[in-house]
Amino acid sequence: MQVDEATVRRIARLARIKVSDEEAKGLEKELSGILDWVKQLDEVDTSSVEPMTRVVDQKLKMRDDVVTDGDIADQITANAPMSEDHFFVVPKVVE
Amino acid sequence: MSSQKVAEKPKSKNLIAGATGDWEVIIGMEVHAQVASKSKLFSGASTGFGAEPNSHVSLVDAAMPGMLPVINRECVAQAIRTGLGLKAQVNLKSVFDRKNYFYPDLPQGYQISQYKQPIVGEGEVEIDVDGETLKVGIERLHLEQDAGKSLHDQHPDYSYVDLNRSGVALMEIVSKPDLRSSKQAQAYVTKLRTILRYLGTSDGDMEKGNLRADVNVSVRKPGAKLGTRCEIKNVNSIRFIGQAIEYEARRQIDIIEDGGTIDQETRLFDSAKGETRSMRSKEEAHDYRYFPDPDLLPLEYTQSYVDELKAVLPELPDEKRARFMKSFRLSGYDADVLVAERSSADYFETVAKGRDGKLAANWVINELFGRLNKEGKAIEESPVSAAQLGGIVDLIGSNAISGKIAKDLFEIVWTEGGDPADIVEKRGMKQVTDTGAIEKAVDAIITANPEKVEQAKAKPSMLGWFVGQVMKSTGGKANPAAVNEILKAKLGL
Repeated sequence: MQVDEATVRRIARLARIKVSDEEAKGLEKELSGILDWVKQLDEVDTSSVEPMTRVVDQKLKMRDDVVTDGDIADQITANAPMSEDHFFVVPKVVE
Repeated sequence: MSSQKVAEKPKSKNLIAGATGDWEVIIGMEVHAQVASKSKLFSGASTGFGAEPNSHVSLVDAAMPGMLPVINRECVAQAIRTGLGLKAQVNLKSVFDRKNYFYPDLPQGYQISQYKQPIVGEGEVEIDVDGETLKVGIERLHLEQDAGKSLHDQHPDYSYVDLNRSGVALMEIVSKPDLRSSKQAQAYVTKLRTILRYLGTSDGDMEKGNLRADVNVSVRKPGAKLGTRCEIKNVNSIRFIGQAIEYEARRQIDIIEDGGTIDQETRLFDSAKGETRSMRSKEEAHDYRYFPDPDLLPLEYTQSYVDELKAVLPELPDEKRARFMKSFRLSGYDADVLVAERSSADYFETVAKGRDGKLAANWVINELFGRLNKEGKAIEESPVSAAQLGGIVDLIGSNAISGKIAKDLFEIVWTEGGDPADIVEKRGMKQVTDTGAIEKAVDAIITANPEKVEQAKAKPSMLGWFVGQVMKSTGGKANPAAVNEILKAKLGL
């Protein structure tokens, strides 16, 4: 499967990763190679197999509806590059 | 300009007249309702409204590295209850997916949602519009996380982000494109909200943003294939939903009639201007790259769990309406007014129990609701309890007081409180049915007004004046029927 430069650019943009022109060239080849390698799995017919979601017999764990967390605004914003009155402060984003 | 072309009146009330003929508007809705729960969908932080910034946030909600989501079983139960209330297919297995996009109020970089396998499948909601009952198809209901909140007006160069809402459970309820007018769309959201409130699965508070709608609108010539739709995001009041649809349908018709084409896009409703406008910045974000969330196993439960929840589901508005009409002999209109809110229906039922249902309905709807509206009070804040109003209805029913005195009594109970029967007894408000006492009052009036008696003989309509005088002298307590009868006899009319 061939990944072209436009696709590389789009994926990078969606993932917010900055990619230089040189890197983009290399990534075209690398991503195409990865996809080709994974494509080998298509040789196996899995049409009647349920997707595997767990390796041991385990159910989704649930919790009761109780408030057990919160009131740690200091910790929540501790690593923020900028904060004020416990708000995160970010470059302006307006619709 | 299309506005200068002459449009004829549309043939059907649900059609919109254009210069080239009638147009049909096709509407589908995605309603986001906040699940009523104490804690968030995947963390133990509170869902309480109006807290200090970032105080209802756990490390999970802030997407700190290594944090893992654990689902709230009550949120799951609430979604199942809602599915049952919408007469929908409840899926015993559903899957959580990641919906990927970047925005400062979404710290994970993805929203945990459900994509291909939602918790609830197809169902329906019945609505009444202009005396017509319509079934609106439900496509699906899924559980997802809410995002945080960005404030843009705090600083000229920065936005402020509060994650208190981040991770709160939402139900996204998607309708089929079955709606054909703004009125139907409004009736649908109103009904959906009523059902959620009856079920107790969402408070449906639109002012707090706990219920908001994305509205998909397209237009076509009747019978033609579907037109290109536009999605109006986050409309947060029933009135705005109506305005947004009216504006958007007209906008699309004008573009097509002027030879243009509709771009499929996301739009925003500007409530100040009453118009919709394009939100181009959202366009590229539409590639969400959904995939199953590897942090969460599929959500599974048994049919018997669903049956348990179903067994204790409260009576729903449609059923309650039918029962009120049957057992209390109410009109459809009165029943509609009473069942619109569960608290009103409960109040009425307490008043009506063991009494004349029609009389109880009149007092609840006309006197109580009228007064509550006037003072901007909710029924929960009513100074007159259902038991007290029941007491007033009893006194009217037993002829102890007249309808007019009952209104005075209602006023006293409203402002001063107290037991209605006691008040009537202590303040001597009982209706005088004792004919001896009424005769005495009549005699006094006749003796004092000989000239009026003469006039009345020639002009029987003078009787009203005499009735008024007698009622005045008895403080309004005389039984009006008895007064009329005695007066007629004494005046020889």
